[in-house]
Amino acid sequence: MDIPLASTSRIEKKPELVEALKKVLPASSILEDKAETLAYECDALTAYRCPPMLVVLPETTAQVSEVLKLCHKMNIPVIPRGSGTSLAGGAMPSADSVVLGVSKMNSVLETDYRNRFIRVQSGLTNIGVTNAVEDNGYFYAPDPSSQLACAIAGNIGMNSGGAHCLKYGVTSNNLLGVKLVTMDGQILEIGGAAFDSNGLDLLSVVCGSEGQLGVVTEATLRILHKPEGALPVLIGFNSNEIAGQCVSNIIKAGILPVAIEFMDRPCIEATETFSCAGYPDCEALLIVEVEGSLDEIDEQIDKIMVIAKSLDPTDLRRAKDEEQANRIWLGRKSAFGAMGQIADYMCLDGTIPVNKLPYVLKCIGEMSKTYGLSVANVFHAGDGNMHPLILYDANKPGELTKCEEFGAEILRLCVEVGGCLTGEHGVGIEKRELMDYQFTADDIDAQLRIKDVFDSKWLLNPLKVFPLHHTEARRMAFNC
Amino acid sequence: MFFPSSEIEVVAILSEAKEPLSVAGGNTRVLAPSGSKIISTSKLSGVIDYEPGALTMIAKAGTPLSEIQKTLNSEGQCLAFDPYNWSRFINKKGSSTIGGVFAANVSGSSRLRVGAARDFLLGIRLVDGLGNIIQNGGRVMKNVTGYDLVKLFAGSWGTLGILTEVSFKVLPKPETEATIVIHGLNDQLALDAMIDATATPFDVSGLAHFPKQKETMIRVEGFENSVKYRVERLMEIFKQYREINTLDADKSMQVWRNISLLSSLKSNNDDLWRLSVKPTESTQIVQKTKFNDYFYDWGGGLIWGLASPNQDVREHVPAGYGHGTCLQTKSERIPMFHPYDGTISGIKEGIRKSFDPKQILNQYLVI
Ligand SMILES: Cc1cc2nc3c(=O)[nH]c(=O)nc-3n(C[C@H](O)[C@H](O)[C@H](O)COP(=O)(O)OP(=O)(O)OC[C@H]3O[C@@H](n4cnc5c(N)ncnc54)[C@H](O)[C@@H]3O)c2cc1C
Ligand SMILES: Cc1cc2nc3c(=O)[nH]c(=O)nc-3n(C[C@H](O)[C@H](O)[C@H](O)COP(=O)(O)OP(=O)(O)OC[C@H]3O[C@@H](n4cnc5c(N)ncnc54)[C@H](O)[C@@H]3O)c2cc1C
Repeated sequence: MDIPLASTSRIEKKPELVEALKKVLPASSILEDKAETLAYECDALTAYRCPPMLVVLPETTAQVSEVLKLCHKMNIPVIPRGSGTSLAGGAMPSADSVVLGVSKMNSVLETDYRNRFIRVQSGLTNIGVTNAVEDNGYFYAPDPSSQLACAIAGNIGMNSGGAHCLKYGVTSNNLLGVKLVTMDGQILEIGGAAFDSNGLDLLSVVCGSEGQLGVVTEATLRILHKPEGALPVLIGFNSNEIAGQCVSNIIKAGILPVAIEFMDRPCIEATETFSCAGYPDCEALLIVEVEGSLDEIDEQIDKIMVIAKSLDPTDLRRAKDEEQANRIWLGRKSAFGAMGQIADYMCLDGTIPVNKLPYVLKCIGEMSKTYGLSVANVFHAGDGNMHPLILYDANKPGELTKCEEFGAEILRLCVEVGGCLTGEHGVGIEKRELMDYQFTADDIDAQLRIKDVFDSKWLLNPLKVFPLHHTEARRMAFNC
Repeated sequence: MFFPSSEIEVVAILSEAKEPLSVAGGNTRVLAPSGSKIISTSKLSGVIDYEPGALTMIAKAGTPLSEIQKTLNSEGQCLAFDPYNWSRFINKKGSSTIGGVFAANVSGSSRLRVGAARDFLLGIRLVDGLGNIIQNGGRVMKNVTGYDLVKLFAGSWGTLGILTEVSFKVLPKPETEATIVIHGLNDQLALDAMIDATATPFDVSGLAHFPKQKETMIRVEGFENSVKYRVERLMEIFKQYREINTLDADKSMQVWRNISLLSSLKSNNDDLWRLSVKPTESTQIVQKTKFNDYFYDWGGGLIWGLASPNQDVREHVPAGYGHGTCLQTKSERIPMFHPYDGTISGIKEGIRKSFDPKQILNQYLVI
């Protein structure tokens, strides 16, 4: 990973910056020394870390605006941060930057059940949103597996997804409005309680912009009434192809499950040893979950069973109640933990057209032999979002590099078959240099021009998303 | 008038263009002022790829909406956001194009449940005002690779570039549907009933109210038994209303088709308005607008209205409560789109300039 040298002239401004910050922030909101900033050196992509110049934790939107104005004036880069659970290095700082964390801004501001929205400060955790409305029978649909920790700020930064997005969509489909502070300190209200945006849809481009267009301090989110219930069915198959076929047939039949999860043999075996969920001994298994009243669930599962049976499954288990449901989900939910027990792993996130699943799994299997590294596949099959986990040993010299090369080859394959580099984790620093593989120079330039409009000095999270050679001139213009 | 038949021809036209051009899809409405030079997408037509098992389609932007719908229908699938069509109001014949639908982000009654056109658009190819070919998004449902220009272009009304190809998500057509009709409610009671319907787990997919007829419509869609079950449960919730009945699938479909054609509004010389508002504020806003005729969709979130000419009804939509679009007016004084505040307008203008620095595309629209 190529990390450009930090600007010494910026680092030299630190004392001056701290003095100025003390005038706009409480002392407890400024973290200066290395021991305090340790936790902010990386996000969940722990292979890469760097101590920032400073960390600030403002308590209000007005304070965020003041901090940004100062940094804008002094040409200091700012790295917006939620909870730091990004798997792509999106929240990783550089040595000449200020990390701006929104974790102190975590209140619920307004719940409006009649209009079905909630307005929160962006530092609130994802689960915090559902917790706030659950007692009234509502929920917030996007549910990344990191939901206990990750913040709405980062969800908006990455346009995060989750297990339920097959039915309910990802963050951008559930986001109604934001309060955004631009790098020059202006506070913008974009969107709100109405269904549609007025004129050009700025909200959609802010969502998923990885902290490069502004700092989100508040968000208005759609909340939905909970369904009456949900139950899964587990189906085992003798080959990945047939499991892939089953996914396609279910979708074609007009059934809209909330989730269709796929695990291959290496993944099943690893989770079995770890969680003893009692999964069948098979090449591939699907967990399909549907929602509704008990009768509605039955009607849908009946249809799924007919489809599955026509494909000669090795196993078919239908959950009749919550306990059986939990049993079926147990292995899937512990899949990442199970992998972590066996080895270090790198989690990829490419998306492919659903009908290319069997082909891509076969290729990954072959690559695995060439690289001599094992791969376990567990993913959201309904929307083609793969999560191949490449297992490696971080203590073996050279193995991380080999693993990264293998990962890059898988992602290039995803693009080749008509998919993309990342379905929900974001580009960050991790996949930055692969962008040239998916986009032409003109495609990338169109995106850079958007950033020019929001952040003309290129100070917000400048080293992320785009290959460095595309952004160098822009980044250097105010590097002083 | 230009009729490019390939993307390369669009590139040639735009890279050489020195004067403003108006972008037209199916011309169901050429919004452009008379005398302006037009570039039409009608010869950029045809479905490129359709994968029913992956719920995705790719088509050239000028493909008639009717052709798309026919192809989807043959596989029992549909555009779930069922776009509105009010070409009747401007006496234009022809078929909307899929590019025009996405460029205008046109969504119908189902928007309440499934989302807007923008939520279904997965990928685009376009030519910007300088003649650069740009691609964004793709054909997969989950994609966070780079900035989302796809949704930015949905609803950009041809002001940022000409879409040449769109890829989008489709859904299975519901097996059946039914509509509950409550009779005799005034606007406020109807609004309360519609809001009550959203506060249930019964996945309501249409909520409209017609003040003149005093009819409130509540639709559910899905598999047969499930529809039957949900109708029963909703009828229980609404049992305090004495005049209430249920429409079967055929009648229900007819009702919602009429809504999508704005059939209840009688076309005349009035201005046609579309207000997208915070649902609970809708009745208050309507009271002030003095519409000659109107109805509610999206459970109060959308108001369609006819107002006497030359009144900007948007003055009655308070800041933060939504916005209004004037779809049909003979007055030059009424801008189509809702004015917005200064800071945001700077950003919107900046984006527009970055895609169209020569100021060629749909200059008459202030979006
Ligand atoms: C165990 C585990 C499981 C995960 N599962 C999923 C999953 O199922 N689905 C999924 O999509 N992701 C998943 N993730 C990834 C991660 O949790 C998400 O990307 C999450 O949304 C990040 O949120 P955060 O608050 O931690 O953001 P951070 O890591 O702090 O930041 C993420 C990005 O958002 C930007 N950002 C942060 N705050 C702001 C702000 N206030 N304004 C503007 N930009 C901002 C940052 O600059 C950065 O680019 C998982 C991660 C882990 C560790
Ligand atoms: C707020 C709103 C107002 C509407 N007003 C009217 C109306 O007054 N009359 C009417 O008949 N319908 C109207 N519609 C409906 C809508 O315009 C049509 O349903 C749909 O856009 C018609 O497609 P078309 O191909 O005929 O597009 P057109 O009517 O030809 O174009 C619609 C808009 O999209 C742009 N556009 C079309 N194709 C492309 C492309 N390939 N790339 C980029 N931009 C493109 C055009 O420049 C124009 O701004 C409105 C919809 C909305 C949401």
